[in-house]
Amino acid sequence: MTPFDPLATIRLSLVVALLCTVIALPIAILLGWVLARKQFFGKTLVTSVVMVPMVLPPVVTGLLLLGAFGRRGWFGPLLAALGIEVSFTLFGAVLAATVVGLPLFVMSARAAFEAIDPEYEDLSATLGDTPWRTFRCVTLPLALPGIAGGAVLAFARSLGEFGATIVLAGNTDATRTISIAIYALLDRPDAHAEVIWLSVASVALSLGALVGYELLVRRQRRRLEVDRGR
Amino acid sequence: MAGDAPWLELDLLLPISARRIAVTPIARRLGLVGPSGVGKSTLLRAIAGVDRRVTGRVAFERTRWQDSSDATWVPPWARGVGWVAQDARLFPHVDVARNVAWRGGKPWQAHAAALGVDGLLDRMPRNLSGGERQRVALLRAIASGPRLLVLDEPFSALDRPMRERTIAWLGEHCDVQGIPIVIVSHDERDLVGLGAEIVEL
Repeated sequence: MTPFDPLATIRLSLVVALLCTVIALPIAILLGWVLARKQFFGKTLVTSVVMVPMVLPPVVTGLLLLGAFGRRGWFGPLLAALGIEVSFTLFGAVLAATVVGLPLFVMSARAAFEAIDPEYEDLSATLGDTPWRTFRCVTLPLALPGIAGGAVLAFARSLGEFGATIVLAGNTDATRTISIAIYALLDRPDAHAEVIWLSVASVALSLGALVGYELLVRRQRRRLEVDRGR
Repeated sequence: MAGDAPWLELDLLLPISARRIAVTPIARRLGLVGPSGVGKSTLLRAIAGVDRRVTGRVAFERTRWQDSSDATWVPPWARGVGWVAQDARLFPHVDVARNVAWRGGKPWQAHAAALGVDGLLDRMPRNLSGGERQRVALLRAIASGPRLLVLDEPFSALDRPMRERTIAWLGEHCDVQGIPIVIVSHDERDLVGLGAEIVEL
């Protein structure tokens, strides 16, 4: 193992979590809106597939991802042709953390959209707004704090991701996030202080994210509040 | 204006109750009354084009807005119906002025003064009383430059004097602009005040 650099580890964790959040954002908005507003054949199946990483052991999620995106997986040849590799790469770490973080994001976005009375959207339409304008000017702004809350949750979940990442991407300089570094350092009797430092960083980041989530959810409720007196 | 053709033709089948309602008013103001649950709000929503569960026919000044027999459908954003919903439904994330001027719209400042809401323009909807919200919702519908106003209990939170002033102003404004009205109200005095032809559902 290369000399241990706690700052680089924390920085890598933040980069991975941030990339996951950015990648998951459009997916969460689209899926959250579709699940909240549309009825279609196979809706339960779609919901289950998106949500299953939340309840599956992360190690199993990692195995499934390996089966899909690994060198011998379904999409392996395609990724190889594009020069993309999941094992021991940042791409693999981001992919694993995104899939694990996405359910929380989609759930929050869906709840945010469901909380909006569709009559606001109807009203926007009678005022001359096309569906796209209604979505941009009414639906999305009203759901925004809830979506941001989902982003914070997904960010925090990606930050702590371990099981799927270790299976899919392994433990190298390109994938050694806080949790993986802690796990690796547990084997070394001389690394007690580093383990504590990384744990403290992890607790601080997670708590910070939860506080942010709470504040955003409160804002969402306030935004939809129609009558302060009631 | 529309020659001898009626300005509004409704022949609709309401969902759930499966009631058929056919109305062709003569006067350019139509008041709908009837027990709650009979489908008055649904009828207004169908005219505005925001309830696709309703089947049948809606024609306004010879233009078919909906005809289920040949799948004719004019979307709500192309109808120009000023709809005031029972809950005022002011957009909660923007202030009163931005609610009223939602799509730019026609000049409306004078109307705001007439409705007594010109002092509320920079308030957020959650900081308005029920009556204030109703008047702002009415102003927003008028400011959108509608071809037809569709009002669902629009004065229910106004006290009697304010109600009469608002009705008088609305009647005059719609006379001048030539805007017909379809209104639902539990208070028949509102409908009489507007000189509406009353149809019981």
